[in-house]
Amino acid sequence: MMLLPCPWCGPRSATEFRFCGEAGEAGARPDPATATPEQWRRYLYLHANPRGWSTESWYHGSGCRRYFTAERHTLTNEVRSTTAAGGAP
Amino acid sequence: MTILPITRSTATSGRLGPQPGEVIDRHRTLDFTWNGRVLQGHPGDTLASALTAAGERVLSRSYKYHRPRGLSTASYLDPGALFQVGDEPNVRGAHRLLREGDDVRSQNTWPSLAFDLKAVNGLAGRFLAPGFYYKTFIKPERLWPSYEKVLRTFVHAGEISPVPGTEVYDKRYAHPDVVVAGGGPAGMAAAVAAARAGASVLLVEEEHQLGGHLRWGGSAELAALRELTAAVAAEPGIEVMTDSVAGARFDDNWIPIVQRSLPGVAERLVKARAKTLVVAAGLIERPYVFAGNDLPGVLLSTGVRRLVNLHAVRPGQRAVVLTANPDGDAAAADLARVGVDVAAVIDARRGEGIVAAHGRGGVQSVELTGGRRVEADLLVTAVGWTAPTSLLNQSGDDPVYDPRTARFRPDPARLPDNVLAAGGIVGEGSTDELVAHGDATGREAARRAARVARRLAAVPTAVTTPRPPVPQPDAAPVVVPELVTPDHPELFTNGTGGFVDQCEDVGLKELRTAIREGYDSVELLKRYTTATMGPTQGKLETVNMVAVLAQATGRTMAETGTTTWRPMYAPVTLGALAGRPSEPVRYSPMQPWHERHGAVPLVAGQWIRPEHYGDPAAEVTAVRTRVGIIDVTPIGKLDLRGPDIPKLLELLYVNKWQRLAVGRVRYGVMCAEDGVVLDDGVTGRLGEDHYLCSTTSSGAATVWEWVENWLQTAHPEWQVHVTPVTTAYASINVAGPHSRELVGRLVEGLDLASEAFGYMNVRSATVAGVADCVLWRIGFTGELSYEIHVPAAYGLHVWERLMAAGEDLGVTPFGVEAQRILRLEKGHAIVGQDTDGLTQGFSAGLGDLIKLDKPDFAGKPELAWQHERGGHPRLVGLRPVDPTIVPPEASQILDRDGSIAGRITSSRMSPTLGRAICLGQLEPDLAEIGTRVTVRHPDGRDVVAEVTDPVHVDPEGARQRV
Ligand SMILES: [Zn+2]
Repeated sequence: MMLLPCPWCGPRSATEFRFCGEAGEAGARPDPATATPEQWRRYLYLHANPRGWSTESWYHGSGCRRYFTAERHTLTNEVRSTTAAGGAP
Repeated sequence: MTILPITRSTATSGRLGPQPGEVIDRHRTLDFTWNGRVLQGHPGDTLASALTAAGERVLSRSYKYHRPRGLSTASYLDPGALFQVGDEPNVRGAHRLLREGDDVRSQNTWPSLAFDLKAVNGLAGRFLAPGFYYKTFIKPERLWPSYEKVLRTFVHAGEISPVPGTEVYDKRYAHPDVVVAGGGPAGMAAAVAAARAGASVLLVEEEHQLGGHLRWGGSAELAALRELTAAVAAEPGIEVMTDSVAGARFDDNWIPIVQRSLPGVAERLVKARAKTLVVAAGLIERPYVFAGNDLPGVLLSTGVRRLVNLHAVRPGQRAVVLTANPDGDAAAADLARVGVDVAAVIDARRGEGIVAAHGRGGVQSVELTGGRRVEADLLVTAVGWTAPTSLLNQSGDDPVYDPRTARFRPDPARLPDNVLAAGGIVGEGSTDELVAHGDATGREAARRAARVARRLAAVPTAVTTPRPPVPQPDAAPVVVPELVTPDHPELFTNGTGGFVDQCEDVGLKELRTAIREGYDSVELLKRYTTATMGPTQGKLETVNMVAVLAQATGRTMAETGTTTWRPMYAPVTLGALAGRPSEPVRYSPMQPWHERHGAVPLVAGQWIRPEHYGDPAAEVTAVRTRVGIIDVTPIGKLDLRGPDIPKLLELLYVNKWQRLAVGRVRYGVMCAEDGVVLDDGVTGRLGEDHYLCSTTSSGAATVWEWVENWLQTAHPEWQVHVTPVTTAYASINVAGPHSRELVGRLVEGLDLASEAFGYMNVRSATVAGVADCVLWRIGFTGELSYEIHVPAAYGLHVWERLMAAGEDLGVTPFGVEAQRILRLEKGHAIVGQDTDGLTQGFSAGLGDLIKLDKPDFAGKPELAWQHERGGHPRLVGLRPVDPTIVPPEASQILDRDGSIAGRITSSRMSPTLGRAICLGQLEPDLAEIGTRVTVRHPDGRDVVAEVTDPVHVDPEGARQRV
């Protein structure tokens, strides 16, 4: 089990977190006023699932209960950056 | 009772005189039974050493051919010493320490102890050819049950007691700087060096004592062992775990360690997160494959040296020793020293060899290359070593075969920074060289652990001002001396036959057959023959299998490659993995009252709730005619504060919230982004910027995360603060025509008159002397009712006061079952009961609630499309035409042509109406009120039901508005 660096709590075991899907472009919510069914279902179900660097949303449920975005390499589990959701305080 | 007529060594004891390194306590004697016969051993004996000392040579039957087997490695891995001890099967007999009164039995003794070899071989011929499982389980299927019957007699296992065990299993977390896996000389030296450098160290050793091969060595080795043992004991930073195994290495050095031999605990799983891991697993001696190699009396040199030096047991009377290395020479010397007649020493380094071992029920003679036969009851082999590289493989280093040293070797250069290897697993050397190697590796492990600690501490967090990394002098890397492994002859099999895998009973011939059939890659050969898949997990067998495959295919060992060493390194019980149940259980503050009054408990998620107090129908009637109170503490409650709450509620719920006045309560439903109903509940506005939001009991945690997700990721600019207060309040619903009267007797400073405190309103007040209670006038039951949220510490007090004050009103406690009937009579759907993971909003009877004219809310596009498409299932009421029949929940509703058109989601006998009532999901063309449909019970019986409005009782809602 990997360590994941929470931007609030520091490195913690991955079981403390919940994976919330891809963030950034891949996970962006389309405008509900104009979204087509194709766009909306891509947002709900279709993910890039890259072999390599992936921008992901995580929730530190057993810690600070904050959401954050992490850039993680899916082969090595290296995390090269994390960003607290909504930016740093 | 004998297993076979075998040549017993002597009638006298096999116990030798005192040995310098022995671990037995001769002053005490332990009685135990072996297949019912009483024998004696000493504390410190393993089951196998005690049996050998008592003259027992045949310890088990092999699992397919039921050949007699004895000791070979005399260690944890010994395939010939798996025993049933009491009701515990598959005990490692050459590892488990003897206890007074142990009831030890041999396994695999089917069909009987005095068995008929011919009969078993006949069966084996038919059923146990290589690839049997593959070939058999193709066709014909009708024969599978007969195959299974025969196969079941061949499982290599003891018997599991059907009575649940009383053992306690345990879990623990550890965060050492360094884990040292293996407590031989290199591991001990590494632990001491790391601890002296300031690291906290877990030193994990599979055997019962530290020391590795030093323990069965001569006086120099024993002196080194004493010195190392003292050094380990002197370091407070080292925690020693013996009879424990580091089972695997996962990402970022997450290392499960199984700890045995603990007082009061069968096994404990230690979940260790180590900054660095030192693998010092030593070497495993490899068996030799030749005709007769599984006869009792064929032992490895380390097995002989363990028996003689640790347990003072004579392994035989007259020995032949096949040696290719100094350890074989030492075994021959040990045997000669204790008076065993060493009839021949065959030195493989000089090209000498053996052809076969002969005998019935045990070795009687050894045939040497050249044809000479030597009478002997003991054949010792020392033909080479296997490096147990599992933890290194799992760290990314695949071992490569080195023909010069005749073994697969790891390459420490391929390891990640936080994994190191020390000692025999890397290379050979004198005790001093191994200790020096361990010492340097330990110092380097401590240095790297400190570096990892600095790196982890330097991870910037949002709560600490980003600090420039403090430049810390990184100590220079420790130079680890080379361990030079001497050349070793390649000795795997002499080609005459014998068993490659004694656990799985796979012979040389069977492997060759399988290779001819085309299973010529190592992974395929393993799965096809099951070689290396037995209890020793290939630690003794894999390399020999690779050698057989390489020879048969004309490839080199390196080209053939080896199989992948997967977790766990040693078998782990399911009990250890499960550990103690750590799931929390929640009770409301009123639980003591419920227990005193005969509540039948109901497990509802984490909560234990009263299902009823004896008669749920009477509880329903009490609510409809008088007044009842129910403990609804598990209802999820979120306290919301801030000016942007209306925006949040607009986004979360499908209905509108902008104009909720202070003092008002509104029911709301949430859908997920796929339009599927997520949760429901009421939310009340307590003050200008203060709301109390309730959720379903099971949805409390989910909704909290859902709310936080929207607030943190989508709208961090909104000013809303969310506090979960589910357990901060005890919640009581007072329902029934007399509820106003009852609450009125206890409330202070609040006018309960309908004009002052009407339906769907919220007030704060003092109840039974408890200030700051929140009262909601809502009606899940359909009756006039007040839901009172009491500061939790006063929950029991208010409950008891309600019961006392309402005695003359006939107040009755009611449980979850009565509440379910009451709400079903009112047609209130329960999320997760009347909806499922596919039920979108318009299928949940929420048509009037969903406001598609709102600019946005979670799931809006999907709900708009659902509405546009139409044709979706509807939530309907159903009444069986025969009012006495209650169709079970999940009964199917059938279309006119017999296909499935829906299902019953809730059904009960209604005490109020005196008939069966249901809710169901139904296709729209059948959902018209008055339509008759067929309901198929799970047992296949059909009944007719009529579609009704979901609301069965008081459709106008007059009763709750009074
Ligand atoms: Zn955190």
